[in-house]
Amino acid sequence: MAISMTPAAEQHVARHLAGRGKGIGIRLGVRTTGCSGLSYVLEFVDDAAPEDEVFACGDVKLVIDPKSLLYLDGTELDYVKEGLNEGFEFRNPNVKDECGCGESFHV
Amino acid sequence: MAVLLQISEPGQSPEPHQRKRAVGIDLGTTNSLVATVRSGSAAILNDEQGRALLPSALHYDRHGLSCVGYEALGHDLSDPLNTLTSVKRFMGRGLADVALFGEQLPYEFVEQPAGGMPKFATAAGAISPVQASAELLASLERRAELALGGDLDGAVITVPAYFDDAQRQATKDAAMLAGLKVLRLLNEPTAAAIAYGLDAGGEGTIAVYDLGGGTFDISILRLTRGVFEVLASGGDSALGGDDFDRAIADWLRAELAIDADMAPAQQRQLLAAAKRAKQQLSEVEQTELVVGEQSLTLDRGQLAELLDPLIAKTLRACRRSLADAGVKLDEVDNVVLVGGSTRALRVREKVADYFGREPLCHLDPDQVVALGAAIQAEVLIGNKSGDDLLLLDVIPLSLGIETMGGLVEKIIHRNTTIPVAKAQEFTTFKDGQTALAVHVVQGERELVSDCRSLARFELRGIPPMTAGSAKIRVTYQVDADGLLSVAAREMTSGVEARIEVKPSYGLEESEVTRMLQESFSHARDDMAARALAEQQVEADRIIEDIRAAIAADGEQLLDRVELDCLNKSLDELQALRDSSQEHRALARKIESVAKGSEAFAARRMDAAVKKALAGQSLDQLEGEL
Repeated sequence: MAISMTPAAEQHVARHLAGRGKGIGIRLGVRTTGCSGLSYVLEFVDDAAPEDEVFACGDVKLVIDPKSLLYLDGTELDYVKEGLNEGFEFRNPNVKDECGCGESFHV
Repeated sequence: MAVLLQISEPGQSPEPHQRKRAVGIDLGTTNSLVATVRSGSAAILNDEQGRALLPSALHYDRHGLSCVGYEALGHDLSDPLNTLTSVKRFMGRGLADVALFGEQLPYEFVEQPAGGMPKFATAAGAISPVQASAELLASLERRAELALGGDLDGAVITVPAYFDDAQRQATKDAAMLAGLKVLRLLNEPTAAAIAYGLDAGGEGTIAVYDLGGGTFDISILRLTRGVFEVLASGGDSALGGDDFDRAIADWLRAELAIDADMAPAQQRQLLAAAKRAKQQLSEVEQTELVVGEQSLTLDRGQLAELLDPLIAKTLRACRRSLADAGVKLDEVDNVVLVGGSTRALRVREKVADYFGREPLCHLDPDQVVALGAAIQAEVLIGNKSGDDLLLLDVIPLSLGIETMGGLVEKIIHRNTTIPVAKAQEFTTFKDGQTALAVHVVQGERELVSDCRSLARFELRGIPPMTAGSAKIRVTYQVDADGLLSVAAREMTSGVEARIEVKPSYGLEESEVTRMLQESFSHARDDMAARALAEQQVEADRIIEDIRAAIAADGEQLLDRVELDCLNKSLDELQALRDSSQEHRALARKIESVAKGSEAFAARRMDAAVKKALAGQSLDQLEGEL
């Protein structure tokens, strides 16, 4: 089981971590909410929990709890620009339906 | 529009579609900006061409507003009367105030009834400063909505610290006209201090020297336990970089012997040349000014001579404000430079001399106010919620109670320092009413549905009496840890009910940990259960659909064998749906039933088409086609 991120995502994560001044990496996860079942979590991590899985990606650590990993296995985190809008996007091969906005999904 | 995700602080990921889009707007005299917090850092939102600034300029033609920003500035020389700039100077002002500006203003005004704001006479008719400001805000709003992928939920708009009530109200009116929800008007110096993170230090005295295009502000702030207080503010709301330009232009006019009574277009030309020279002299030692056929050299020494009287005016205002604040020069811990005009080297030198310390200027002085406003907006909109705010010694959001009609009565207002206790008396609404529901909410809005619900409880055992005669005292108390307790007490009988709430969580920490652990140990079960539930819903749907179809025209379209076969497969699916714990098996069965009913579905479709066409001749059909 693994998750990864694109160079663009890695660069932005590293910059945001540096700007924040603390934190060991970012947490990817899912929560059961949203108009289509599940939604993504993307947060800074100060301390990883004992049960967390940690994937190194360049200088950045991707932290994920075992439950979320079931839903996110194979996911690649990307950073995209669409016109003036920019931000992170989960490329999740497990997704069957999205709600159209990309914020929630189900598997 | 697709939502692109941003990184949140630990534990603060928003619910999907719940992340609020909040911006900070610096509605400036010369330039305006919009900023937001993305993944924890404040950033300016640029326009499509990658430009941060929106020049606060508007051009009108006979159809109305033709353009804003850089495009409008392009009309500055060719159509000066219809090109509005520096409208902020007229916000909330009367014509008498405007006359005090004294200079030859390149506009014509429409006289207003006594006390009214002057309106600019343009090709599109009379335009008020509020209308013009609203157009600038709307332009920034559109930019932000494109960048954030949706409608804005709120904005913090900055105003000079000593804008009076009329000027603040005019700013709010402009926002309302633009359809923006104002979270708060924030003083520009406070925004600048926040942008430099000076609030993190918790303590200190800060002087914010803000020399913009049209206004000069000096503010002395004291930061005590993370809370800003404006000790004194002063300055000159009609002094800024525009005056630098004007001083240079006046010198230029005198040197070139141009008639003082010149046309507006020529005046603009002089001002443009002056501005260019001023900007260049921050980079180079001397520069050439070209006006029409003539040209002239200006160096840093001459520029200093022209600017020093104006800078001296700002420093005198600094001295007065320090005296007002009761702060000695050496008690100032930080000096912050704000406003594009502080790029002028001469200004930096003089300010450093005066305060005896190097001012903070590593953030772009044009952007610092908008960045601070964005940080504040992020907090006010609630994206950066929870324990972070409870560390402050003030109530981050007002705490209120639901009253009749779903309205909120605020009991403790936001920014009240804690610990605090406040009480308010309520009464019964109906004759013989023996219970009262208390609904504790948090937020700034007037309707309960717009606020966050914290807790509900009931006060029971109120002795029956006529409506309005019970006295129920509701007390809100927040202790030093931010723990809220609410008590309701009927005063005549002494019956009482109370509840404790931690506004950020509502759960004990150990409980949160336990629930988290459970979710990990049951992860696979949960996943399977969710998948099974989804298939069960799907099975119910398909069984219901097909049974409804059979009831409608199964007898006509299916023979006995087909009907039996379909019914049998539906019964099997129903049995499997009720007994199976295996979502994959159920999914396979659903698929086979769906396939088995395809022929029936096709026949129903044919029948429907035939029915629709029945009785129509070919001619009719062709006629319709």
